[in-house]
Amino acid sequence: MNLPEIIGLFLKASLLLVFILIVVLILTLAERKALARIQQRKGPNRVGFKGILQPFADALKLLTKEDILPASANKRVFWVAPLAVFLPGFLIWVTIPLAKEVVLANLDMGLFYITAISVLSVMGLLMAGWGSANKWAMIGGLRAAGQLISYEIPFIMAILSIGILAQSFNLKEIVDDQARWPFAFKQPLGLFIFLTAGLAELGRTPFDIHHAESEVVGGPFVEYSGAHWSVFYLAEYMNTFTIAVLTALLFLGGWQSPALPFSGTIHTVASLSWFLIKTVLVIWVIFWIRGTYPRLRIDQLMSFGWKILVPASFINIFITASVLYYALPDWVITVVSLGVIGAIFYFIRRGSLSGHNQNTVKIIKTSDIRAQLSNRTEV
Amino acid sequence: MSVVFFTVAAILVISGGIGVVAARNIVYAALSLLIAMIGTAGIFLIGLAEFLALVQLLIYGGAVVIVILFSLMLTRIQDFEFLTTNKQWPIALIVAMCLLGLLAISVLVGDSTATTMGSTDISELGLSLFSDWAIPFELASLVLLIALIGAVVIVRRDNEEDK
Repeated sequence: MNLPEIIGLFLKASLLLVFILIVVLILTLAERKALARIQQRKGPNRVGFKGILQPFADALKLLTKEDILPASANKRVFWVAPLAVFLPGFLIWVTIPLAKEVVLANLDMGLFYITAISVLSVMGLLMAGWGSANKWAMIGGLRAAGQLISYEIPFIMAILSIGILAQSFNLKEIVDDQARWPFAFKQPLGLFIFLTAGLAELGRTPFDIHHAESEVVGGPFVEYSGAHWSVFYLAEYMNTFTIAVLTALLFLGGWQSPALPFSGTIHTVASLSWFLIKTVLVIWVIFWIRGTYPRLRIDQLMSFGWKILVPASFINIFITASVLYYALPDWVITVVSLGVIGAIFYFIRRGSLSGHNQNTVKIIKTSDIRAQLSNRTEV
Repeated sequence: MSVVFFTVAAILVISGGIGVVAARNIVYAALSLLIAMIGTAGIFLIGLAEFLALVQLLIYGGAVVIVILFSLMLTRIQDFEFLTTNKQWPIALIVAMCLLGLLAISVLVGDSTATTMGSTDISELGLSLFSDWAIPFELASLVLLIALIGAVVIVRRDNEEDK
């Protein structure tokens, strides 16, 4: 590798960064507008035409705000933490293709690379939690670590079953493999697990217990302000976009489209817009879930992860592998997967998740209080 | 180019290693361990062992260091902030010297020029892991399973004592 190549790589990386920044700016506005629509409000509508300049106003505000370092915070860890959250999420983008030829480096182990790198962002949340020297931040950081480690397993397992089906970890080959049928049809259970565990990895509602305002104030981010806080914010929206793009690539067929009568440049543009449409669809579903579901309690979150998603992901891998090994028709996976999804919803509705929790959360009844009060008066 | 890369990775590993030993604050030590692990992954990458590099990041960089930090933070921080007293340094020195001697002997005796560099395909790796090396592989997973069950048993017993 010589100097011009290095400079070229550097330029490409900066271009990628700019692209992601623009996407994040659009996403923040889109999310606020979407949530406003769900909650029957107008949303941001003052800055620019119908509020389209709101993200720029927000960014300007955040960058000019004072950056506060708490007196008892651990300076080094505190300042490095936002970068440690942002960098892994950005490094993932090295191998994500946006179209057939638009990719920084098409790695043969692309999917595996993504899983391995994304694990590292947990570290940043823990560092933020510990470095802030704040009880809420600490608890939030620990919650984040516990949640992210737990949901990593089904997340990686869902990705693995895609690897088994496509016989490759190369994202391009995986998309090429979906020319006829997107994997969403062959892997409905995989899609369900991937999106759910992905939401948990993002720490978005209903899985946002680590920065739940009503429980741990702002979690690991509570002491951050100004530019450093905005890096966390940026990382969150970037990761949301990453999950949406990955879902589109792995399950919805990426840039594959119904037969288009174009060729050449128009074809590239058309396939790019197909990819964009699919991604926007997934992003909208993520916003929709945020707007309609309440936050899970921490014990519900843990038992959902370990008792439902982990076994389901093992079942998914088992079905996929056996169907491929015994050369059964592909619809067998679909049928069994839909059955498992049905079973999951049955278990959730029956409430078998929260069955044992009656011991951990004691519900105080008015009669108990009355009994206690009467005891006290007797003494 | 690879010399530059190697130097960066080596500096990461060595500084991380020194950090683990020298840091008085135990959380700093764990963070230094992470840096050393990332450096090791980089060295695997130079050796064209991409799979090993990624596994290094996933298992050691991700899971192990996080679990170490997690357990440190769940215990009371004030007690652990300056816990490393280094009382056992003579034993550690002996062990480290033995390891260094072993490595030095293997470098001197082994013929490093004869080995050819070549990357392995991930599917090749998977096939050999599940055919030629199936029994060691399964044994390793059995050991991990025992550790897992052991952890559950220990935690369970504590809970019953509480009641």
